Amino acid sequence: MSTVRPAPDPYAMPLEAIDMSDPDLFQHNQMMPFFKRLRTEAPVHFSPGSDYGPFWSVTRYDDIMAVDTNHQVFSSDHARGGHILGYEMFFIEDEDFQLPMFIAMDQPRHDVTRKTVSPAVGAENLRHMESAIRASCVDILEQLPVGETFNWVDRFSIELTTRTLATLFDFPFEDRRMLTRWSDISVSVPGSGIVDSWESRRRELEEMGDYFARLWQERTHNTEGYDLVSMLATGAETRGMSRAEFMGNVLLLIVGGNDTTRNTLSGSVLALNDFPDEYEKLRRNPGLITSFVPEAIRWQTPLAHMRRTALEDAELGGQQIRAGDKVVMWYLSGNRDERAIERPDQFIVDRRRPRNHLSFGFGIHRCVGNRLAELQLRIAWEEILKRFRTIEVVGEPVRVRSNIIMGFSELPVRLEPWAAA
Amino acid sequence: MTRIVFIEYDGTQHEVEVEPGTSLMSAAVENDVPGIDGDCGGNCACATCHLYIDASWRDHVGPPASDTERDMIGFADGATESSRLGCQIAVTPAMDGMVVRLPLGQH
Repeated sequence: MSTVRPAPDPYAMPLEAIDMSDPDLFQHNQMMPFFKRLRTEAPVHFSPGSDYGPFWSVTRYDDIMAVDTNHQVFSSDHARGGHILGYEMFFIEDEDFQLPMFIAMDQPRHDVTRKTVSPAVGAENLRHMESAIRASCVDILEQLPVGETFNWVDRFSIELTTRTLATLFDFPFEDRRMLTRWSDISVSVPGSGIVDSWESRRRELEEMGDYFARLWQERTHNTEGYDLVSMLATGAETRGMSRAEFMGNVLLLIVGGNDTTRNTLSGSVLALNDFPDEYEKLRRNPGLITSFVPEAIRWQTPLAHMRRTALEDAELGGQQIRAGDKVVMWYLSGNRDERAIERPDQFIVDRRRPRNHLSFGFGIHRCVGNRLAELQLRIAWEEILKRFRTIEVVGEPVRVRSNIIMGFSELPVRLEPWAAA
Repeated sequence: MTRIVFIEYDGTQHEVEVEPGTSLMSAAVENDVPGIDGDCGGNCACATCHLYIDASWRDHVGPPASDTERDMIGFADGATESSRLGCQIAVTPAMDGMVVRLPLGQH
């Protein structure tokens, strides 16, 4: 439950006091005026103290693009603190429990590792997955209650993304919620209500490793399989992969494809309710789904930031960044930068160039699953629009308390089917 | 104006008249040629303007222009020796009639 609080005023404090790492700002949806002040007055802004130590905030679209595409200077390496604020808390690496993930690697190891999984979510494989995703979506929609209030997040958004992940791995259907569980614990610290202790977290992640190791063993000859496990277990470049590297790749794809797509499936509903004229445009012309989907991803910005560490001194936006400094790219801010995006604070379903947004990042780390995310959203809205005139938000959404995950735990809705002809 | 022929994966052809100096990516996007996306707006940062230069034009157009382009092509689906990123190629009058093929999908 989040309590309502009066909005803090970003102009009522000195610039140096602004600390965008505060998760409460995001949970209360009060961060946008702060980003606007920073974009205008201090586009590359230094926070001297925070729970994460000192860091730079980069808030304009063009500066974010410059950092994201300069991987030679701005490192994602896990040994330097990884790709997010609080990495040390989330992706704890015991001496004996290293889970390598390419999101937190630099070249050359990043490239080699990423290329082992990118075919599983590439154009050809997406064709194979489309009918399974559509069947899942239809099944879920047909079981939703009509005319009564329910939580869209749990009954639809979590359910569809979980089933898609199960399809991606050809994971046993009845155990699919274990995928959600493993993703949730890997980004949780003990005491958050998700997991009790580091020991129990590690034990559950070991169980995940055992489960996937068994699937691997079963599929070492399945050269025709389109699921990620078969592809890795049979591929010439990948079948010698260590258990740790396999688990790291699996976990990255589970986490990457979990709450991100989930939160856009929820956020797209809220956006249409907040902009009813746009909802009407979409009803009248479902072909606008093609531009609506990337616009929803821009609007939600499922991951508010990505962080880098400077490997050498660098100048950015007139500021001097020192080697070793943390640099935070605020995608959420760049996606509202009027210097790069027209009328950015309007949700526009038929926007021109809707794909020119930062939500997937750019450069070598650009989200490898981005087309799978778009595919799920497209299928979801095709099937929703066939069945329901409106998904009406009937209560206050409850937002996640986080400076990285822009999402919802609750979105109370009621479904209105199309009136009988 | 220079004539460029874009051929989609399914064989559909699009002939486009292009102002010299325009990138192949912009030429496709501005003329609504399906199959080229250009998500990053031409910053060599997304590889969604991936295309294949027809064999007879490869020597003229040349290989990837930078390490960055080479790296990004490495992440594109179905990359081959004919692969280039459209945002890194500026159309010249000498390219009149050039054939460019598009991949199954952009990633």
